[in-house]
Amino acid sequence: MTSLFALVDCNNFYASCERVFNPKLEGKPIVVLSNNDGCIIARSNEAKALGIQMGEPAFKAKDTIEQHNVHVFSSNYTLYGDMSARVMQTLGQFTPHLEVYSIDEAFLDLGNFYGRDLNQYAGEMRHTVKTWTGIPVSVGVAPTKTLAKLANRLSKKSKKADGVLVLTDERHIQEALRRTEVGDVWGVGRRYARKLAAFGIHTALDLRNTSDAFAKKHLTVVGLRTVRELRGEPCQDLEMVAPNKQHICTSRSFGAPVTELSQLKEATANYASRCAAKLRRQQSCTGAITVFLETNRFRETDAQYFNSKTIALPTATNSTLELLHYANLALQALYREGYRYKKSGVIVSELRPQNQVQTSLLDIVDRDKHQRLMQTLDKLNGALGRDTVTCAAQGTTRPWQLKCEKKSPCYTTQLKGLLCVGTS
Amino acid sequence: MEKTHTLNTLPESLELLPLRATELLELPISQSYVAAGFPSPAEDYLEDKINLQQVLIRNPTATYLVRVRGESMRDARLHDGDILVVDRSLKPSHGHIIIGVVDGEFTVKRLLQKGLRLYLQPANELYPPVEITEEMDFKPWGVVVWSLHKVNGGHD
Repeated sequence: MTSLFALVDCNNFYASCERVFNPKLEGKPIVVLSNNDGCIIARSNEAKALGIQMGEPAFKAKDTIEQHNVHVFSSNYTLYGDMSARVMQTLGQFTPHLEVYSIDEAFLDLGNFYGRDLNQYAGEMRHTVKTWTGIPVSVGVAPTKTLAKLANRLSKKSKKADGVLVLTDERHIQEALRRTEVGDVWGVGRRYARKLAAFGIHTALDLRNTSDAFAKKHLTVVGLRTVRELRGEPCQDLEMVAPNKQHICTSRSFGAPVTELSQLKEATANYASRCAAKLRRQQSCTGAITVFLETNRFRETDAQYFNSKTIALPTATNSTLELLHYANLALQALYREGYRYKKSGVIVSELRPQNQVQTSLLDIVDRDKHQRLMQTLDKLNGALGRDTVTCAAQGTTRPWQLKCEKKSPCYTTQLKGLLCVGTS
Repeated sequence: MEKTHTLNTLPESLELLPLRATELLELPISQSYVAAGFPSPAEDYLEDKINLQQVLIRNPTATYLVRVRGESMRDARLHDGDILVVDRSLKPSHGHIIIGVVDGEFTVKRLLQKGLRLYLQPANELYPPVEITEEMDFKPWGVVVWSLHKVNGGHD
């Protein structure tokens, strides 16, 4: 056995970010709301203990929130993104073999660290992240990614583990598998858990003891891989370079229902421009653009309308100006008067690398000029802040913009958001 | 009589550093003389420009900027509105000016150790030192490494 992986996971990441800059919230219940302050997307342990559910609409939890003085935040992805980068960079001090798995999780390949005191090493990792960033993390270490994930989960549950669990000893692995419900295994999920229960498979240990043939038949090849990983055979390596996205979607709910075409145009222009910037960042061009519109399906008294329109582009592009033009055409074809719109969005698909774009014979766009302009635009917005230079179509007042009434300052990315420390 | 200094009588203790703001002013180094012209005698002596970021921030991952409010640290030259560069990766020790959290509230003070006792010492006679006791909920947050005080040009 030579392979070794660590999964490092931030504890209640969004709530922890808020606490770093607001230590009064230590030990207090916190929830973070989704875009538009709609649903609860993150909870501190204290909020979980109050029975507040993940994904619950904020208004449903209103009574609990008021009664128990739960602190409510709008999501501040600028802050969470910066803190996430700091956590990942701190982990990068320990090994360059790092896969950022999500905003608050990373896999580390510790294959070279056999023979070390792994408990101590993982503890050091945990301590360093906490000191440098203020974010508490849990570390699970095991011979495969699936087992590392499982170890991480148990490290959070056990007081004794204190946020670090190393599973390398076969007896410890067996015990851990016995204590884990099959539905909690990475990649299994509730739906398969129900199916497996019918075969008498309830724990991760039961699953590990099935035959390859059984796993393949009932859980497909992906499930077989999971079973093998539970046995300690690594089937998944680190993915150190994130694959480029195959499609990009930018959409938001509006702060208040929108009825006017002019406002929809502005919003759509902003989403299209964001898509274009994302395309340029990953050096792709898009061959198709889709715009969609939705009314609020939960307001049953409102007339309902959902529609989308896709335009295939004559030549793939990542120029904001071109995408704005096509987004606008699509929107005008979609728009119907007399509805109260709740949400709109732009999707770009059929992505390809920007150096493999075939221009059409009838192409009349000066692509070099567009490219230079876009480079300048990205440079300016990169140096001076997002949306410093925008297209006129994106508007300036943005009355449609989403609600985020309880957003904390961008402590780490904006001068005006800096943490203020009294000297008294 | 009021004492005045002119530029020629600057006290010797003031050292002037050649500083260029890299973001604002980028001089093309090697292209400043065309091939046909006489080579610059300074060519061999060119160095990188001073990068203020590198001077102020040793460990970017663990460094945070914080703004001072109040005057209790004024004798340590920390004034209301100043920006502090705070490094969380440094271990706070005797004599450091630190950001700490006392009962959930942030404060900036000098950390002093006298025997086995620890104190948070203000730098202003109007404020008393505070002993860090067992009962107190105290946590260090970071060590202040620089204070940026604006001298001219209004507020940022």
